[in-house]
Amino acid sequence: MQYTILVYETASELTARTDPKRKDAYWGAYRAYTTALREAGVMVGGAALEPPRTATTVRQHDGKRRVQDGPFAETKEQLGGYVVIDVPSLDKALEWAARCPSASTGAAEVRPNMSPSPPPA
Amino acid sequence: MSDAAAAAELAARASYGRLLAYLAARWRDVARAEDALGDALLAALETWPRTGVPDKPEAWLLTAARRRLVDGARHASVTAAAEADLTLMLDERAEHEPHAGFPDERLALLFVCAHPAIDEAARTPLMLQTVLGLDGARIASAFLVAPATMSQRLVRVKAKIREAGIRFEIPAPGQLAERLDAVLEAIYAAYGSGWEDVAGADPRRRGLAEEAIWLGRLVTRLLPDAPEARGLLALMLHCEARRPARRNVAGGYVPLTEQDVTRWSLPLMAEAERLLAAAARANAPGRFQLEAAIQSAHAQRALNGKTDWEAIALLYEGLLRYAPTIGARVAYAAALAEARAADAGLAALDAIPADAVAAYQPYWALRGHLLKGLGRKAQARAAYDRAIGLSEDPALREFLLRRQRG
Repeated sequence: MQYTILVYETASELTARTDPKRKDAYWGAYRAYTTALREAGVMVGGAALEPPRTATTVRQHDGKRRVQDGPFAETKEQLGGYVVIDVPSLDKALEWAARCPSASTGAAEVRPNMSPSPPPA
Repeated sequence: MSDAAAAAELAARASYGRLLAYLAARWRDVARAEDALGDALLAALETWPRTGVPDKPEAWLLTAARRRLVDGARHASVTAAAEADLTLMLDERAEHEPHAGFPDERLALLFVCAHPAIDEAARTPLMLQTVLGLDGARIASAFLVAPATMSQRLVRVKAKIREAGIRFEIPAPGQLAERLDAVLEAIYAAYGSGWEDVAGADPRRRGLAEEAIWLGRLVTRLLPDAPEARGLLALMLHCEARRPARRNVAGGYVPLTEQDVTRWSLPLMAEAERLLAAAARANAPGRFQLEAAIQSAHAQRALNGKTDWEAIALLYEGLLRYAPTIGARVAYAAALAEARAADAGLAALDAIPADAVAAYQPYWALRGHLLKGLGRKAQARAAYDRAIGLSEDPALREFLLRRQRG
């Protein structure tokens, strides 16, 4: 069964990506995490996202289009990336989420991927 | 908090398990006993501030809970004959309550929780909930399980106990050792509660270590002649003695071999040694006594500054005969590497099936360490990567990242 781990990071973690003193530890931890996922044979895919300030949000409600600089919502922790894994159970997915570096700084949210719906009869 | 509320809480904490075990054993229904006791505790919080705290809070709670159970059974339209029985049970209070001296059924309850018919993954949570009254969210967090999943599991096992008619009793002498093993395993699982590396766990993340030690003490008190119960308690106390040394002042991870022994707790180590010696007199070795003996060998470093790795490797060989777990196999490889040579340790690691260690952090950490010692840099780097990626603890992750680089 596929699950997506949503990697929520604090502003401080997002800064660590480019901070000369912290970036080795930051990227080392994430590179190791994805290596462990791949080597254990559970990784389906994923990506790290550029920081929220690079986001552009589009809304088209009631025929009106609004394009806005910045993320969907300003929150303390921001989506920094995601990983899709294939594991037998939610318990296993939570084990992997606990190992995600953001779990000990921000959060790692686990959602089951919806299975593709059956073709219409 | 008012005195009455404090008294209710104190009574609950001190006697929850005893009250619940007694009610569940009499009614053969853990879930209903829990509901009734929960209602009784709520009633105490409402009543005691008005009436004052009763002389025997336990007896009060027992009566209130029993009344709930009887009322519940009446609502379930029981037959007249059964109702007569229920009234009789209610009247038993005259017999028990003067001293709140109702029988202690906690041992029977522990055996129910670790019964072979109960799903292994549910045993420890069930014990923590029924004997200690721990709340479901805390149990779910400790075992890294979604709270909704955990509560479903607990509801299911309680239904199973009722429907399968699992008896609240101490197993017959012929079965006792085997059944006790399951109880001790479940307690030990609470001590580890999700951390792969018990001896190296972050001291701030105490998990359920205190609760496990409390359960360990309870079993040694209720079954004073069981050497393995003493062995388990000795093992947990030895590990607990080192908790303050597992981090340096800066909060960094410190591996066992580099720990400052002056920060180990001598009283806890002494208690563990006494327990282990008492267990050994029964001349019935077992898995937990061996594990405790291994920790006892490590503890010697506090006395003479040395670690006898050859002795530790031999003890692990013994342990593997009782419990060939992946953890024990990896620890054996570590002891071999220290006692003899890095490649002896590596060979022991190679003998472990690859699929068993795909997600087992300590294996990869040791592998990285040994390969680095042998100068096989690229392989060491790859092994460290997997160890880092499998770590949950940021301090451990940082420590391994430094090792990998330096």
